Amino acid sequence: MSLAAGSIAPPMALLAELTHRCPLQCPYCSNPLELDRMAAELEADVWKRVLDQAAALGVLQVHFSGGEPLLRRDLEELVRHARSLDLYTNLITSGVTLTEARLASLIEAGLDHVQLSLQDVAAENADRIGGLKGGHRRKLDVARMIAAADLALTLNFVVHRQNVANVPEMIELAAALGARRVEIAHTQYYGWGLLNRDALLPSAEQLHVATAAVEAGQSRHAGRMVIDYVTPDYHATQPKPCMGGWARRFINITPSGRALPCHAAETIRTLRFPSVQDMPLAEIWEGSEAFNRFRGIGWMPEPCRGCPMKEEDWGGCRCQALALLGDAAATDPVCTRSPRHDAVQLALAASTAPAPEFAYRRNPR
Amino acid sequence: MEQAVPRFATGVRLRHDKVRDAWVLLAPERLFQPDDHAIAVLQLVDGTRSAGSIIDELARRYEAPREEIARDVLAMFDDLAGRGLIRR
Repeated sequence: MSLAAGSIAPPMALLAELTHRCPLQCPYCSNPLELDRMAAELEADVWKRVLDQAAALGVLQVHFSGGEPLLRRDLEELVRHARSLDLYTNLITSGVTLTEARLASLIEAGLDHVQLSLQDVAAENADRIGGLKGGHRRKLDVARMIAAADLALTLNFVVHRQNVANVPEMIELAAALGARRVEIAHTQYYGWGLLNRDALLPSAEQLHVATAAVEAGQSRHAGRMVIDYVTPDYHATQPKPCMGGWARRFINITPSGRALPCHAAETIRTLRFPSVQDMPLAEIWEGSEAFNRFRGIGWMPEPCRGCPMKEEDWGGCRCQALALLGDAAATDPVCTRSPRHDAVQLALAASTAPAPEFAYRRNPR
Repeated sequence: MEQAVPRFATGVRLRHDKVRDAWVLLAPERLFQPDDHAIAVLQLVDGTRSAGSIIDELARRYEAPREEIARDVLAMFDDLAGRGLIRR
């Protein structure tokens, strides 16, 4: 692979999946179906080296995620190291194991922001979705604790057909808990979400109502709380610019150190993803076959190649093309210009049928 | 509005990005690359200067009519406050 030096823009953000272990079992978890075991997790020294390389490469924000990153006892050490490199540090957490003491030590280490997930507004349904009894009540306490410590807080609600009717209450709950930002994010259908798609995908009517509720919330809370909205692209007519384009802005590192352009990329089994244990991050970003495979527009088939939107949506999502069509190099079938748009229509037909039981995510053995 | 003292909201930081040789405003899961004009304003936001004293400083620095600078700076603070990036 030869590309002129300097022709590849550096990444903006690194998603560090510190572990796949988690106290919750959400049926839409973004982790892969095959989870990394604890014994395979990278040690703190390797993560620190990755952070050094990321900062040198141009990464500005680090998202510490999982699984549940709080299960790593060395989280503070990693946050402190990231801050020493002037990286913006974000903790993406379920919160259920967070104590006052742990929060104080994370703040002392320099943590910039917490994104706390909630599964719904009422405990019964939230605990059913997350698969942890008592989880919701604990999360509410933790949200208040974070707000009281004056740490920047985003509440994240993943929405789907089994909670989407509650979007107005979600927004009001976030405001009452002192969040400065709330994300209403429709489930994305990869990994566990894809496995549970028929239990999660909302109908067009549900989506319409939720979108109107978000817009009403945005004007009601303007200037006090930011409300970001992630739509479910199955109902769209144009594909999303997934990850801002393959290997254009993001690097994801799995608990065992594989570097990916997005968290679902390993579903593309024809690609071999390099490990940060074997290769420096700059070489992975600029030179690896996996990162270059769908970068830019050179890989595109028709109708993408001749499409005026090609540098806006970057051909949509590779993992979605693979999941729905069996071909990662096809035009994202969400696009109405795709000759295979019928694959999405077929999936949508299930959204008005009765929902099957959840297949919960279990912890890695 | 000129008496108000703007400061970055919790979780918002302005820093220089050595790799791209540019200033960036980092915020919760968002990132902004302000233009030169905005950067000159943001660099004066230190939690002690009032909007008025920031305007004075910029008017002096650019030898520009104060009303013009004031209009731009106050509009920018309104916009940033609306997006949760600064507090006053």
